[in-house]
Amino acid sequence: MEEKGKQTKGKVRSIIANLVLVDVDGPISQNEICYIKLGNTPLMAEVIKVAEPTAYVQVFESTRGLSVGAEVEFSGHMLEVTLAPGILSRNFDGLQNDLDKMEGVFLKRGEYTIPLDEEKKWDFKPLAKEGDNVAAGSWLGEVTENYQPHKIMVPFKLLGNYTLKSLANEGSYTIKDKIAVITDKEGNDIEVTMMQKWPVKVPIKVFESKPRPFRLLETGVRTIDTLNPITEGGTGFIPGPFGSGKTVLQHALSKQAEADIVIVAACGERANEVVEIFTEFPELDDPRTGRKLMERTTIIANTSNMPVAAREASVYTAMTLAEYYRQMGLKILMLADSTSRWAQALREMSNRMEELPGPDAYPMDLTAIISNFYARAGYTYLNNGETGSITFIGTVSPAGGNLKEPVTEATKKVGRCFYALSQDRADSKRYPAVDPIDSYSKYLEYDEVKEYLNKNIHENWMDNIELVKDILIRGRESSEQIDILGDDGVPIDYHISFWKSEVIDFVILQQDAFDEIDASTPIERQRYMLDKVLEIYRTRFEFDSFEDVAQYFKRLINELKQMNYSKYDSDKFKEHEKQLEQIMEERKVA
Amino acid sequence: METQAFQKIYTRITNITKATCSLKAAGVGYEELAIVHGKLAQVVKVIGDDITLQVFGGTEGIPTNAEVVFYGKPPSLKVSESLSGRFFNSFGNPIDGGPDVEGEEREIGGPTVNPVRRKQPSELIATGIAGIDLNNTLVSGQKIPFFADPDQPYNQVMAMVALRAKADKIILGGMGLTNDDYLFFKNVFDNAGALDRIVSFVNSTEDPPVERLLVPDMALTAAEYYAVDKNQSVLVLLTDMTLYADALAIVSNRMDQIPSKDSMPGSLYSDLAKIYEKAVQFPEGGSITIVAVTTLSGGDITHAIPDNTGYITEGQLFLRKDTDVGKVIVDPFRSLSRLKQLVIGEKTREDHPKVMNAAVRLFADASNAKTKMENGFDLTDYDERTLDFAKEYSEKLLAIDVNIDIDEMLDTGWYLFNKYFTKAEVGLKEELVQKYWPEEEGLEEKRQKEKTGSEA
Repeated sequence: MEEKGKQTKGKVRSIIANLVLVDVDGPISQNEICYIKLGNTPLMAEVIKVAEPTAYVQVFESTRGLSVGAEVEFSGHMLEVTLAPGILSRNFDGLQNDLDKMEGVFLKRGEYTIPLDEEKKWDFKPLAKEGDNVAAGSWLGEVTENYQPHKIMVPFKLLGNYTLKSLANEGSYTIKDKIAVITDKEGNDIEVTMMQKWPVKVPIKVFESKPRPFRLLETGVRTIDTLNPITEGGTGFIPGPFGSGKTVLQHALSKQAEADIVIVAACGERANEVVEIFTEFPELDDPRTGRKLMERTTIIANTSNMPVAAREASVYTAMTLAEYYRQMGLKILMLADSTSRWAQALREMSNRMEELPGPDAYPMDLTAIISNFYARAGYTYLNNGETGSITFIGTVSPAGGNLKEPVTEATKKVGRCFYALSQDRADSKRYPAVDPIDSYSKYLEYDEVKEYLNKNIHENWMDNIELVKDILIRGRESSEQIDILGDDGVPIDYHISFWKSEVIDFVILQQDAFDEIDASTPIERQRYMLDKVLEIYRTRFEFDSFEDVAQYFKRLINELKQMNYSKYDSDKFKEHEKQLEQIMEERKVA
Repeated sequence: METQAFQKIYTRITNITKATCSLKAAGVGYEELAIVHGKLAQVVKVIGDDITLQVFGGTEGIPTNAEVVFYGKPPSLKVSESLSGRFFNSFGNPIDGGPDVEGEEREIGGPTVNPVRRKQPSELIATGIAGIDLNNTLVSGQKIPFFADPDQPYNQVMAMVALRAKADKIILGGMGLTNDDYLFFKNVFDNAGALDRIVSFVNSTEDPPVERLLVPDMALTAAEYYAVDKNQSVLVLLTDMTLYADALAIVSNRMDQIPSKDSMPGSLYSDLAKIYEKAVQFPEGGSITIVAVTTLSGGDITHAIPDNTGYITEGQLFLRKDTDVGKVIVDPFRSLSRLKQLVIGEKTREDHPKVMNAAVRLFADASNAKTKMENGFDLTDYDERTLDFAKEYSEKLLAIDVNIDIDEMLDTGWYLFNKYFTKAEVGLKEELVQKYWPEEEGLEEKRQKEKTGSEA
């Protein structure tokens, strides 16, 4: 990839916002990175179209003040990220600049930083031994990054097989120190450090196979784990109109999900939301490890007021970092908020290039771009028999809340879990506003997932989930009937059926993301509460009038909610449970 | 902004549309300013030596042999303390008859604040309006628009919020402001004795629409001066952002860009985000809070302008008339302050979040009961009670003419719960009920009495 030889140069010919046309004097490649000189400031840009002798480049900065004739230097490589220990806990922009290293309150144009710490020494432990056969991705050794093992691997760019000629001893090294020498078939020696580079738009594919995902990824969010679970290595997406709680839900996932590493791409969204992560994550504990959440998190921030072209880069940068950690046998959760902003960035550029537009003026290949991106997630068997996974969840911000728009439609074709946020639920403050009936998890159709859930949660789990979904649908039907025919125009059973579904809604589906205890529910507790509400469902109650039904069920719900707010199995929890049983006795029919 | 002696004068315009004109020129920088036939213009496209200029004042009367002079710099504003108390047009020139402002010249629409240099907003902005403070609490560094139909009193409410907010500076960016509204703001601020802490940039309905495009950037450049250089808390009022977006659509249309939804340019989201994201809280104490107005047509929030706005801003305040009580209220369903979680129950009383949610939920029950009633069904006792509750809740808390402090709002909430509902119906956390449920006779006591009465 690194071609030496004469560097291609060019001159600016035209400027239309951040699309710049450059006349070039030599070979260039699609997606090659170049730098446009605005006085002494280099503006980074990417080739997105070539029409000899002109390169169309999208500039990752504002082009204000740029004029025709400005000089351009081509770098000879695509947009790359630096992969080495020290990525975790950092706040990068979409081009992997370390935001903390930048000076001043405002982001200056043309300021590019070294993403990682080149001075810091890492305690290296060899894992391989001299004479081993190695290939791209082979684990040579490991360092400890925060509290997790970080594998040092043969660079992914090296094709073919090699022999490990020498390997550094246990000791402290910087990411630029030589830690190994490997020899290819022709006998050429190649030096390896702890650092390597990789082009973000190319998937890292040094693994054995990608089976269908089968393990549950616990998120602590009941409406996801219980009703429509996502798997380790699965894909999901959350479309919803503004104000329906997309971001709160994503933050809940990033805090609670059972992942080794969380990579958050804040793509074209609000800066204050990123600040929330910067501020809170260093303080919050990861309940599974007791460490701070920030220690397992990396943020790629390209907020909505940062340059549009870098928005597109940001999701690829984040995905590449996720792939790097997956190669170490870790469980990665990657979140992107929001993929619609990325699609809009593509639309802006396509529009400036005067391409023929597809639906809603989006580029014609939008579906293909989204599919290719989602395909980079997955559960993976690595070449050494270990496993690693990337679970990807993106949010979609459909224009006008209309789920028939192109980005939602394109995502629907690839995202296996669909968490539809409903305006109605949000309006009545039923959070999280995930619609239990419209949403789905395709993974529930996988035999291996069914088997896993029944084995690991409860033998009747799948049956119970089916039942819960039926109850919810019947509840909605009853509610519609009551609305049409009036409270006393329907049999009391309709009211009972409706209120039994309300119990599930209030106790299982609704969850208070801001309550210390209710925010996250471990799967064992979810099972317990589900059994409770199903017990209520299976109990026959007797009522004289429909008015009694609502009153009675509200009391049941109140006790169950108090249970949700109490520490699991605590005295308070049990006390409310006792209360609940007493209330149930009042109307129980044998 | 006088022209300088060495500047080259061009006199051959090749193309004129209603908002733009083109000519051949060399060495021109992107986004730099020019004067075309005495009118200010900005470079929006450079194709080789073909330069396209967006003429802010409109192109009416521009001849093909008009004089064109380039400034060599983008639009700018001179900033200093002497901006305070002054009124300017879209170009930053005084319109109050006062002298020009001396100070440091700054490019408008400047760079983005590094997200890691921001601080998480945490200062509550109290307005006395319960529909805002109780249900949709504002926080400094927030950006939030009023979504309102043109017949709602949004400018009045905004002025009220501005004056009660206790900001060091208030910056008004008026776009397509009618002369009457301009005078309204001027009078309100004057009467409140607040004129010396207000800076205004006004594009009125009499001015050409494209000029408006400069107003938000002018206002925010002044805001950044006070917030960054002087560490002051600044409140920026932008009214009406719908007219701003319309001006964007005009320009993009004249430049033959493919429109996306509702004839708006495909870059609308980024264009609006660039403005709203200037809202910030700095660790040093300075802050910029943006309260804007986005007028709707017939309450339609799915139109591209409110829709994109809603995705950018940290919530929205939705005004509507409640015909049951005959007052304009802040709609609790469609309004939202995303940052309220940072202050409610933290800077305000612990029961704030739960009281807020419970009241809104009961209000929702009332609206279901209303639908039932309208469809001719019998109402249950609970339905009747929710309707009574809703009326009093609307009048005592949601109406925009309420002016009480937050503790009083919460007490009112508990008072209403007690009056109309049982504890189980409200369903609040037990600790809170024990602490705050009013002693006075409420529904439960009344029922108890009736029961014992009938038994006796």
